[in-house]
Amino acid sequence: MWIYIARRVLWLPFALLAVSIVTFTLGIYGPGDPVTVMLGNKYNEEAATRLRRELGLDRPFFVQYGDYMWGFVRGDFGDSLRFRDRPVRSLIGAKMWVSARLSLAALIVSYSLGLPLGFWLAHRQGRWEDPTIVAIAVFLMSIPVMISIPFMLWAFCLQLHWVPCSGWGGFFDVRIVLPAVTMGIPGVAGLARLVRASTLDVLGQDFIRTARAKGLSEWRVSSHHVFQNAMIPIVTIVAFSIAGLIGGAFITETIFGIPGVGQFAVDSIFNRDYPVIMTITLLGAGAFVIANLLADVTYALVDPRIRYR
Amino acid sequence: MTSRTRSGGTAFQQVSKAGEGHFARAFRRLLRKRLAVICMVVLVVVYGAGIFAAWIAPHDYNAQDYTAIRKPPSTEHWAGTDFTGRDVFTRVLWGVQNTFILTAVAILTGGLVIGVTLGLVSGYFGGRTDSVIMRLGEAFASFPDILLVIILAATLRPRIIDGVRWIEDHTALDGLINSGIPDYIVISLALVAFGWVGMARLVRGQVLVLRTTQYVDAAKAIGASTRRILFAHLLPNAISPIIVTVSMGMGSLALTEIFLSWLGLGIQPPRPSLGVMLRDAGSLSALRETPWLLLAPGLAALLLVLCWNLLGDALNDVLNPRTR
Repeated sequence: MWIYIARRVLWLPFALLAVSIVTFTLGIYGPGDPVTVMLGNKYNEEAATRLRRELGLDRPFFVQYGDYMWGFVRGDFGDSLRFRDRPVRSLIGAKMWVSARLSLAALIVSYSLGLPLGFWLAHRQGRWEDPTIVAIAVFLMSIPVMISIPFMLWAFCLQLHWVPCSGWGGFFDVRIVLPAVTMGIPGVAGLARLVRASTLDVLGQDFIRTARAKGLSEWRVSSHHVFQNAMIPIVTIVAFSIAGLIGGAFITETIFGIPGVGQFAVDSIFNRDYPVIMTITLLGAGAFVIANLLADVTYALVDPRIRYR
Repeated sequence: MTSRTRSGGTAFQQVSKAGEGHFARAFRRLLRKRLAVICMVVLVVVYGAGIFAAWIAPHDYNAQDYTAIRKPPSTEHWAGTDFTGRDVFTRVLWGVQNTFILTAVAILTGGLVIGVTLGLVSGYFGGRTDSVIMRLGEAFASFPDILLVIILAATLRPRIIDGVRWIEDHTALDGLINSGIPDYIVISLALVAFGWVGMARLVRGQVLVLRTTQYVDAAKAIGASTRRILFAHLLPNAISPIIVTVSMGMGSLALTEIFLSWLGLGIQPPRPSLGVMLRDAGSLSALRETPWLLLAPGLAALLLVLCWNLLGDALNDVLNPRTR
């Protein structure tokens, strides 16, 4: 097992390297020659050569890449094209904190509803509640956020006037409820299905029969034997549920006018602000790679039955 | 021909007949699932309406009716009109057509051609080939899907437009950019880039199990070519999970295409796309004044994603031998 963990940890730098090279290559060379773009119709050979030297674009690819990444790990993400001469770092810090709190709220919604629901459904297998609620879960999972958010906004804000329509007031503000629920609901459905499957799996195991046979109370069997074992596979999808929130955050933050990274990313995409897009991609992918690694390592630690190559 | 090949031929026919039996049985089981049948009908109707938009649509998709700007649904405009007086129903039909073309292209090239082939090769040959393909897949899988798609679509678009413009300048072809060809190329590339990984891993897993079976040894012993073993012996036996994955993948690809257009990276206005329509309809001011704009594109997108997911679930039930 320790060899497995060591292998996963050793793979981390390679994954980050692959991610960063792809992002850097696309960000720098994808949109076309940056010098031609910057000079526009004032383009001539001499000016192009001079600007190329000033920007360091005449150096070999890997020197440029190393330079960019060295800056990146020290927190220097380059300058935004749209907000002239403002470093990306000063723009993005506060927005990340906003998005982190919103994602946490969405995760709380997903897990506090999804885990108990799935656990309960597994104990109702074969009765009418089980297929009905599973079908509803698939339905909820399949509603794209670009449809559910406007609908919720229309229903709860414009028609019922229960909540303010947009804006951001921090974690303990009523305005976080609607975005957190819309981002969290698809996760509820996904988690409930997964927990249901893994609980059913555990319920069929011999040690559950043993526990009942030795006279343990049904409550103790549920909480100590079933629940603890059914939770193990859930560890692996925490990383994916975080990644799933990224796409949702783009749309949620834009529609609700929440000043987070998602809204910033959408703005930057519309403005073709490549340094910002690169930074957000790299930070997001980096976080995803690390979260995945942590999930795999935790999985290896909590489930001793698993044998690794 | 000798009798040996003839008997080999009949043996093969019997195998394929048994294969048909498997699928005929699966199809019968599928028809007994009410939800799956409803979904298949809905998909056929929605895609059919999109494919034949040119004949079905009551209006031209860019025609502006200045007497009916921002009008709610009526007998003249079934889904209302938007802020420039265009017929929403017509634009939804054309938007579905765009979604259909893009998802079909992505699943055929990325999922089936690239994904299945790499999975077969990777699983069958193993060793260094396997390592290279799987490490490449892992590098792609290191990205959260949506970020990879976004950065590909965002950065490649100017290059591809330049390329298409070059073709226009140097050949007799004209109007390529106005016809939206660059949008199709950008979106297909972005979708294909992450579409192949899941399929390749799935097929590889299947092949790893299948290649140790006796019939593969038998095929090798009678001197079958590698290509024949891969495509005539291994692929048909791995087809069930591929079908399930394709069904699930169609839904998520459609969603990704809509998302890209929503972000302004996909189909560009004024050409119709579900993503752009949903973005226009989803803003607070639009919801306040013209809430019906959300109805038709929202319903179309929802039906596509939902039905592919439900159908995928049902197919998994009937094709997966473990649940039988």
